[in-house]
Amino acid sequence: MSLATTNYLTPTGREEAWRFTPLSRLAGLHDSSVELADRISLSARGVPAGARLEIKSGEEAPSLSTTDDIVIERVRDVAQQVLVLTIEKNAEIAEPIFLLRKSEGQAPEASRVQIQAGAHSHATVVVENVGSAVLAEEIEINLEPGANLRFVTLQEWDNNAVHIGRHHAIVGKDATFTSYVITVGGSVVRILPTVEYSGPGSSADLYGLYFATDNQHLEHRIHVEHKIPNAKSRVNYKGALSGQSARTVWIGDVFIKATAEGTDTYELNRNLLLSDGARADSVPNLEIETGEIVGAGHASTTGRFDDEQLFYLQSRGIPAEEARRLVIRGFFAEIVAKLKIQSIEERIMNRIDAELEEAK
Amino acid sequence: MSTLIIKDLHVSVSTDEGMKEILRGVDLTINSGETHAIMGPNGSGKSTLAYSIAGHPKYTITSGSVTLDGEDVLEMTVDERAKAGLFLAMQYPVEVPGVSVSNFLRTAVTAIRGEAPKIRTWVGEVKEAMTALHMDPEFSERSVNEGFSGGEKKRHEILQMELLKPKIAILDETDSGLDVDALRTVSEGVNRVKENQDLGIMLITHYTRILRYIKPDFVHVFAGGKIVEEGGPELAAKLEESGYAEYLPA
Ligand SMILES: Nc1ncnc2c1ncn2[C@@H]1O[C@H](COP(=O)(O)OP(=O)(O)O)[C@@H](O)[C@H]1O
Ligand SMILES: [Mg+2]
Repeated sequence: MSLATTNYLTPTGREEAWRFTPLSRLAGLHDSSVELADRISLSARGVPAGARLEIKSGEEAPSLSTTDDIVIERVRDVAQQVLVLTIEKNAEIAEPIFLLRKSEGQAPEASRVQIQAGAHSHATVVVENVGSAVLAEEIEINLEPGANLRFVTLQEWDNNAVHIGRHHAIVGKDATFTSYVITVGGSVVRILPTVEYSGPGSSADLYGLYFATDNQHLEHRIHVEHKIPNAKSRVNYKGALSGQSARTVWIGDVFIKATAEGTDTYELNRNLLLSDGARADSVPNLEIETGEIVGAGHASTTGRFDDEQLFYLQSRGIPAEEARRLVIRGFFAEIVAKLKIQSIEERIMNRIDAELEEAK
Repeated sequence: MSTLIIKDLHVSVSTDEGMKEILRGVDLTINSGETHAIMGPNGSGKSTLAYSIAGHPKYTITSGSVTLDGEDVLEMTVDERAKAGLFLAMQYPVEVPGVSVSNFLRTAVTAIRGEAPKIRTWVGEVKEAMTALHMDPEFSERSVNEGFSGGEKKRHEILQMELLKPKIAILDETDSGLDVDALRTVSEGVNRVKENQDLGIMLITHYTRILRYIKPDFVHVFAGGKIVEEGGPELAAKLEESGYAEYLPA
């Protein structure tokens, strides 16, 4: 355990990276005023053939990437053990591997996880976060050449959880990484889904869904770094907000370096405001250092709930509440349908329905 | 046997310059099995009449009444009006992304009938209605009205009418944007529902073209927010000849 002293790196809220985040609600994760326990609260619901789950020391599992995020640096300082999930080379694992995190009522936690997807392996990993934790975590994911990994994180926290996380993928030659970040719970959730490439012909599809109600701040800061030529990225995040103190932040940083010829990228963020006062910040940011690319684009929209849709459905006999649910489910359908894990799809939509019901 | 009675209906919309009166005393009675054509120039308030009866929140009823079989329609919520037996085929059907036609139809029918339809008979029922309207079965899986052509949207409106089995239907410019083949298909659909279900119809149109396929029992000329002349089918023939010029303010 360590209790670092506050130093000049402590965010003040004026930094670009922290200007949207409500620091006072971070339970001390950002300024070291809280002691972090080195604990691994993730457990597998079962590890199928072709995969391995181990706890390694920090020396055995050094960091795979660099970060300039102060909280993640602190996680690296504190966490002396690393949960490592290895998908063996050429393994074809059809059923998702579920990692469940339950840290109900325990001390604030620093957590390091690594996922190693072997060459030409196929797998789906689902991280389920429930309960009321204070969590600072880093998940590093490495895809060897030709690997195909679907990575799902579900933030189904109780609405008092505080969660800061970095989910960093390193996508190898001809590898395919697809992530789904689903955030429906938590008081403050700040996730950094970041991607770099280690070989050409690689691709990353980043999907996200978030739903914020009163007293929730849900922040997703995407960063895709194209340095390797001929890699592809797609980002599509959709969010809805209900309640006047609901807040969401979406940052989409996509950097195409001079060396990244043949890059193909597109990012999209759509927000649906269901009530007055709710606020969604959406900041796409595309920086391009070479003209030799296949394509690069972004779009961002934030709109109010469409009363004409509601009227249309109601005029067919559908009661107002049900019509609202249909429209919201419809808004998220594009993302949810891609998950193809039915139990989760239902659970997420039911949670949203229930919160809508409560928010009334 | 059902009766929709509209009495001295006055309706306003709020604009930047304050409330603006659009309907200025509309009187109209529609019984089951009757087809009433409402014909009038653009901007005369035909859609306002349709939306006001359906309960669109944009329109404020300032006086008058609308009853269906003695029940006060204006007191009902939008969905209650549909459950009471009113249906509005819209001039501009709304797109609802991510909600499939099949889910939408099933949800609507369940709401109107008060119970979920039996899966087996329901699938057949939808298929049959779609085939009759020359709609590709793949429409069921598409999002409601999203990316539909003008003609496809109108067929979809009539499909809903056929499945929801209203007592009184208001068809707002169902003929606009249809080519001859689509117009015939859609008209046949309307006539089929009318025959099978003894439907009462308010057929709103700008042109007489659709009246070749759907025969009106009564024709009402609508101008300046009210009915200015009434007659039988022969009135439509007259409008075909001379247009609306004589009803417009000089
Ligand atoms: N929201 C509104 N604000 C101002 N004027 C409106 C509004 N809605 C309708 N109107 C006006 O009401 C009149 C009637 O419109 P509408 O009922 O659509 O006519 P129609 O269907 O006969 O073409 C038009 O002059 C139109 O400009
Ligand atoms: Mg109109």
